[in-house]
Amino acid sequence: MTSPALTLAVPARSRRRRARMGQWQGLLYIAPAMALVIVFFVVPVLFTFWMSFHDWPLLGQPEWIGLGNYVRLLTDNRFFTALKFTAYYTVITTIAIFVVAFPLAIFVEKQRRGVGFYRTVFFMPVVVGLATASLLWVWLANVDSGLIGPAIRMMGVTGKKVNLLATFDSAFWTIIVMVVWKVAGFTMIILLTGLQSIPVELNEAARIDGAGRWQRFRHLTLPLMRRTIALALILSVTGSVLAFDQFYIMTSGGPQNRMISVVYYIFNQSFVSFHLGYGSALSIALLAILIALSVVQLRLLRVGDDK
Amino acid sequence: MSATAKQARQRRKFWGGFGYHAFGIGAALFFFAPFAWTGLASLRTGSEAQQPPLPPWPTNSISFDTYAVLDTFGAGVWQHIFNSTIVALATVVLTVIVSLLAGYGFSRYRFPLKNVFFVLIIATLMIPFQSILTPLFIILAKLGLNNSLVGLVLVYVTLQLPFSVFMMRNAFDAVPREIEEAARIDGARDLKLLIKVLLPLVMPGVATVAIFAFLNSWNEFLAALILLSDNQKYTLPVLMTAVRAGRLGAINWGAVQAGVMVMTIPCLVVFLILQRYYMRGLMAGAVK
Repeated sequence: MTSPALTLAVPARSRRRRARMGQWQGLLYIAPAMALVIVFFVVPVLFTFWMSFHDWPLLGQPEWIGLGNYVRLLTDNRFFTALKFTAYYTVITTIAIFVVAFPLAIFVEKQRRGVGFYRTVFFMPVVVGLATASLLWVWLANVDSGLIGPAIRMMGVTGKKVNLLATFDSAFWTIIVMVVWKVAGFTMIILLTGLQSIPVELNEAARIDGAGRWQRFRHLTLPLMRRTIALALILSVTGSVLAFDQFYIMTSGGPQNRMISVVYYIFNQSFVSFHLGYGSALSIALLAILIALSVVQLRLLRVGDDK
Repeated sequence: MSATAKQARQRRKFWGGFGYHAFGIGAALFFFAPFAWTGLASLRTGSEAQQPPLPPWPTNSISFDTYAVLDTFGAGVWQHIFNSTIVALATVVLTVIVSLLAGYGFSRYRFPLKNVFFVLIIATLMIPFQSILTPLFIILAKLGLNNSLVGLVLVYVTLQLPFSVFMMRNAFDAVPREIEEAARIDGARDLKLLIKVLLPLVMPGVATVAIFAFLNSWNEFLAALILLSDNQKYTLPVLMTAVRAGRLGAINWGAVQAGVMVMTIPCLVVFLILQRYYMRGLMAGAVK
């Protein structure tokens, strides 16, 4: 957005001429971007809908089956199991990330000696890939060659071998720790931008009025950060609903196939069993869930009220 | 009296600082230790590499055995480093070019349906690419771009566009129009104007766009796993699934450690050098 004063400074004649020419030139400048978005995004989205009404094998002719895939989806127990697991995972990870990231954000907010160093180090795991992080942690959690299990054993907590990835609960919590390690720095920075946008004077005024630390946090900081918290929450929930790498790499969907997330299930249907049509119907369901979740979260946090 | 009050204050300050840094260093260890642990462990000799990393550092002598073992997977680790590097660099270059042009177009020109186009690009953020992988797979096959690094790059560039176009439009919006008018009077037009005059002014935006494009394409796993089927063409994360799967039921953990380091080090180096631009992008996204 330019200020009106700047626009007025341009001579009217040149502006009109440029506006006429600009019609085409502007389109030319955005053409490559539009071409990519249309070919690799808009078309695939529409195509997902189209495919979801077909029985679509990898080879051979697709066959129109109307709502067949959707009917199948509604009675597919494995899909609902995946959905339930993903919901469970999303709730637990999001809580875990916030529990770690909020104190970290408060910790790095004050300008003190070394704060830049701390921010950088806390953030480092964010820039490596989720696949890399999963690989690193699956080694740390390995029963024979890893760090965590053998260390627990060496400290004499138990005499038996500790295989963290063998049972659902211990594997699940290992993955939660890995994800918190990987993502907390990101959420911390998002929350930090919210904390920093609160005027210092407000906090001072509340303190002079006798509000305690917790009261100030509860009645001043949290409400003023609502938009930031909403953003961090949406990013965390969306990321968790779409989780795939960690389950594929760390447990292969494992113990007893109980760690199949929704994206993992779509992956299996589309690219292992090659039910591409059914995979598309599942994708549409995933899309609907994600959009619904974002709307609900924005409502819950009443973003926009105070805009 | 005042002396003791002063002492008390100093003592409180000391212990406050102590608590602050104790917490800070403790947390820093949690976030940094896994990297250090893997890095040190990957330098152990081949036989040691299968042992628990207690202690993590090499006890005999430093060796690169684990990296040599990593090289025996797939088409040799250099081939996959090459693939990953080419994909990441091509994604960076294309993303910068395409978003530079689009950002300029959206910032400086008026044309029909401008807002519709802009919203369409940004709206792709709402739809996760995980949900369109199935048709992408088929469309790329129709275009003859399945199992091809070119196809993968085009997908990555598209995924980067919403953020990048948004960043570049804002960068151009922040450049005063007088500068362009002056350059026009001096005879600079169109692309020449954009590259010679405006590009240096939006360089910070370009840096931000480039870093995100690099990290995201270097680290991406699921799309590469689905779209690449030929051993020769695997990017590093896909190669690592073979290492993770092991041979004859045995996983070589030394190779895993080496692979983690090969994938991690470029990310950390890029981040540490260009941190300022990375954080700027993150903040811009958060404020939006």
